[in-house]
Amino acid sequence: MEITTQEFKHCDLVKVTGRVDSATAPEFSKALEKSNGNSRFNIAVDMSELEYMSSAGFRALLATQRNCKRYNRGELVLVAAPERIKEALELAGFTELFKTFDDVVAAVGSF
Amino acid sequence: MPSATFPARFEFLDELRKFVAEFARENGFAEKEIYSLQLAADEAASNIIEHAYADVSNAEFDVTCDMRGGALTIVMRDSGKSFDASKVKQPDLKANLGRRQVGGLGVYLMRKLMDEVHYEPNAKTGNVLTMIKRRE
Repeated sequence: MEITTQEFKHCDLVKVTGRVDSATAPEFSKALEKSNGNSRFNIAVDMSELEYMSSAGFRALLATQRNCKRYNRGELVLVAAPERIKEALELAGFTELFKTFDDVVAAVGSF
Repeated sequence: MPSATFPARFEFLDELRKFVAEFARENGFAEKEIYSLQLAADEAASNIIEHAYADVSNAEFDVTCDMRGGALTIVMRDSGKSFDASKVKQPDLKANLGRRQVGGLGVYLMRKLMDEVHYEPNAKTGNVLTMIKRRE
């Protein structure tokens, strides 16, 4: 798993690649918390090169979404999740909790 | 019937997923099904590592894959703390963000992704988790 965070004017773009499971999810959480720690509460998570995500990754997304949405200060959106990951998110009932975008430009532009 | 023993540490989940994927691929499962098998096996093993072996170091668990009559069976055996399946609440997928619980999500996914999931707790001889998925 690799994570890069890019700051845009109205949001942070967090790109996560590779595999997020119980071993790597803590690092993913940390990256998201870092954005929040910098008072950045609009976050787009670029999943276009993500190969795998277990419920450990879903939990990290949920915790961050809660934190972002508190006091209506922002929200976390999902970008370009590969089909299988999208299906797992749907199975977990997560798709209703996150706005989804097909590409980064649309996601970043939405803030 | 391939069998393997894994250290009860999250770093080995990658190897476990490869082990399951390889066997499923040899037995003609489609990539989409293989992803589901990997995810179910990962969630099961994560629960064993996190709960059955909470506070235990140097623990291990065994995984066996078997293919019979178009169905793949994954069996996981651990000698950790038994887990009370009846206490796992089904997550409320309609709950809003603030009320959404994340505990139990792994077990829920396992049940959704596999055709059958059985758990036999046994403090003496070890706990046995059996998951079955039929090839489409």
